[in-house]
Amino acid sequence: MKKVYPDADAALDGLLFDGMTIMAGGFGLCGIPENAIDAILKSGVKDLTIISNNCGVDGFGLGKLLDAKRIKKMVSSYVGENREFERQFLSGELELEFNPQGTLAERIRAGGAGIPGFYVKTGVGTVIAEGKDHREFNGETYIMETGLTADLSIVKAWKGDPQGNLIYRKTARNFNPMMASAGKVTVAEVEEIVDLGALDPDCIHTPGIFVQRLIKGRFEKRIEQRTTRKREAA
Amino acid sequence: MAWDRNQMAARAAQELEDGFYVNLGIGIPTLVANYIPDDIDVTLQSENGMLGMGPFPYEGEEDPDLINAGKQTITELRRTSYFSSADSFGMIRGGHIDLSILGAMEVSEKGDIANWMIPGKMVKGMGGAMDLVAGVKRVVVIMDHTNKAGESKLLKACTLPLTGTGVVDRIITNLGVFDVTPDGLLLVELAPEVTVADIEKATEAKFRVSDKLAA
Repeated sequence: MKKVYPDADAALDGLLFDGMTIMAGGFGLCGIPENAIDAILKSGVKDLTIISNNCGVDGFGLGKLLDAKRIKKMVSSYVGENREFERQFLSGELELEFNPQGTLAERIRAGGAGIPGFYVKTGVGTVIAEGKDHREFNGETYIMETGLTADLSIVKAWKGDPQGNLIYRKTARNFNPMMASAGKVTVAEVEEIVDLGALDPDCIHTPGIFVQRLIKGRFEKRIEQRTTRKREAA
Repeated sequence: MAWDRNQMAARAAQELEDGFYVNLGIGIPTLVANYIPDDIDVTLQSENGMLGMGPFPYEGEEDPDLINAGKQTITELRRTSYFSSADSFGMIRGGHIDLSILGAMEVSEKGDIANWMIPGKMVKGMGGAMDLVAGVKRVVVIMDHTNKAGESKLLKACTLPLTGTGVVDRIITNLGVFDVTPDGLLLVELAPEVTVADIEKATEAKFRVSDKLAA
């Protein structure tokens, strides 16, 4: 089976439909699947439920799908960088489900690992706990959270091989490995496709079993908050 | 005289101990990194997937793949490790992080904290705050004692949606330091030239005064 596709349009061909659920990797604008987002925008697919920690910024990343009103519902932990998001949410055009960030990460990990539910302390006594099963373990109260899966996961890695083995770079890893495991189909985009055997098998972050389609992408890699320090005078 | 932002951060740095793994929140807590004493070894965690966070990069050396939880460009150290968000919050939820220092909009005398939402006004989300307050061994809040309207942020009960209940261990404000005890708040330290009477005037929550300060 050939996993490598020429571009994002080809890799997403036949996978997209209105009303589908898509997981998109990244934290802020770091490690986001820029190529798949553009291809999804171009496809015209709509009424999407997007599971992603954030929703990009105005005009970039998932913000592009938001601006084009393709998103029906977001499942996220933090969306504070996006004015159009706030506008659509406050006007009732957009549904929003907030998850604590660690709960979101674990729900995705659990979904990919075949675990339908689990208990955490996070959010006990807050709005997050409303309507959820409460249970005591060793004298402490926990709430039940459920595993998440998606029709499609789009992830971004640094390097991949033709088998779909992936490695990520620095903090661009974030949600990508769990999402790769939780999609019915996972499309990965990488900066470089290397030959089989070029990646150290001991250092692979996402084993190829989780990746069905792979492309070499082109990335802008925009920086959200450019912070620097001054060089000390010699 | 009340502490300013940097003095609050310097005071908070006294909470650090040798060997600690620490998560610093966004805002004033970030400044704590500037006051880590030279004679102790502290590792900073960034919940987007990094242990051993270094300072901001020199201009021209920014790496879009290397950011902290506030989405700021940072650098790595020789000790640095990277991991997924699931592993990162496993560390947090599993009680492996020694200390979290974070900001707040309100704290109650029972140690409840609200710092993520103002209904009808702010739609941002809790990010990792709920996981941090629930999972980290010790939670220290740094915040101004009063809000912009001059109202106490230390309350009998929080009015805003909660981030966690009974999770705060210590509160450092610009006026002083409070511990959350099973018997309520205990004032344990005053900023220079601030009196107990000043704090009483600025505080809605009930608090007791430590014997240390009575002398």
